[in-house]
Amino acid sequence: MGEFVMPQLGADMSAGKLISWHKKVGDRVQRGDIIAYVETDKADIEVEVFSTGTIEKFLVQPGEKVPVGTPMAIIQEEGKPPGAAVVPVSRPVPPAISVPAPIPEISAIPPRPTEGIAGPRVRISPAARKLAADLGVDPSSVVGTGPGGRVTIEDVQQAAKTRVAPPAAEAAPDRQTRMRQAIAAAMARSKREIPHYYLNTTIDITPALAWLTQENLKRSIEDRLVYGVLLLKAVALALRQVPELNSIWKEGKAVPSSEIHVGVAISLRGGGLVAPALHRTDQQSLDELMKNFRDLVQRARSWSLRSSELSDPTITVTSLGEQGVEAVFGIIYPPQVALVGFGKIVERPWVVDKQVVPRSLITATLSGDHRVTDGHRGGLFLTAVERLLQEPEKL
Amino acid sequence: MTKDELKGTVLRILGTIAPEADLSQLKPDMRIRDQLDIDSMDALNFFIALHKELKVEIPEADYPKLTTLNNCTEYLAARLVLP
Repeated sequence: MGEFVMPQLGADMSAGKLISWHKKVGDRVQRGDIIAYVETDKADIEVEVFSTGTIEKFLVQPGEKVPVGTPMAIIQEEGKPPGAAVVPVSRPVPPAISVPAPIPEISAIPPRPTEGIAGPRVRISPAARKLAADLGVDPSSVVGTGPGGRVTIEDVQQAAKTRVAPPAAEAAPDRQTRMRQAIAAAMARSKREIPHYYLNTTIDITPALAWLTQENLKRSIEDRLVYGVLLLKAVALALRQVPELNSIWKEGKAVPSSEIHVGVAISLRGGGLVAPALHRTDQQSLDELMKNFRDLVQRARSWSLRSSELSDPTITVTSLGEQGVEAVFGIIYPPQVALVGFGKIVERPWVVDKQVVPRSLITATLSGDHRVTDGHRGGLFLTAVERLLQEPEKL
Repeated sequence: MTKDELKGTVLRILGTIAPEADLSQLKPDMRIRDQLDIDSMDALNFFIALHKELKVEIPEADYPKLTTLNNCTEYLAARLVLP
């Protein structure tokens, strides 16, 4: 028997609110199945289960907000006798961090009268689900009028109108405020505990851009690449050469990550950001990376990310070039130990083969955790990124 | 399709890219990117949506010709051979 617990989806998460269960008691679940939909301060997340078995009991009902690590369901794992020692089956929770106490909030949704009665998975669009969360409507209680019984935005609006007025304690901070508080907590923690060092280098990106232009000429508009994909792949491959930057700080020491999951900083419309993972970034082709990157951005901005995407990043890449910034000296997102930044592409005179020529240049920076690496290794990493971008056809 | 209808289509697609924006305030001769805080991924999605809806090929080299509501409409109108 195992417990499915409220996962920690990033260093800035201390609690989460269950929006709905995607399974019901008695359902068999497989590792990777979406079991729940959870609201955090930064996004609404589809939470995956990390074991295989049968759901025996729900311990948390839609609308309840519980701290990270709280058992939410009991799962009878296959091959284990009922009543066996309780073993957490969710992804291991990263080391606790000193984020502020959870913001007091009284749920607008009354708990269900009995446990374990969640209905079948609710068919609902991300937009309607977000609206339901914003309005305090339990999607599983709404009768869908869309195709196949899908719950539409109109259904949610109608349900909100007919709902009994919520208690007065509704004046919790809005999501933007809570997101800013969460980011503030994680970044303050990072600056307090991580001795950052910073390196930067100027990279001649002319060959990469020329290759990209030619490559995109051959492609339909839907298959074109953006240059950011080249940067992500170069970073991922460079991490193979300096793997200690791809580590997680845990219990006082750096634990190397067995896989490279680059977290991509994505700004959200209206403010705030998230940095979900592109899993196994180094193993993806540029086409795969582009497809997945595009999907990730769209889902991040429609508040529809998956739990593993928020819990798995092993390093973060951020680019502020489009905002006109020349260099980014970022703050490491714990428990990661490095962050890579890229600035805008600038046209500058550059010396190539003893000739001054115009070139397209970009500034790459590394924020490193000095407990784990030093400037020497960091420098090797940035050099590797630069070298990889000189041969984009090999990425 | 008239130019006004075409402009309406462009605005509707922009509404899906920046759903929080009040497009009635969009200045037709100012850069869309600056007014709606659109990045390169949003821009690519915008071009792809235009392509799908209007069946117009938009080479990457032409992206700089679609920066404002007005030049965007003019470019597409020329491609669609509108009056």
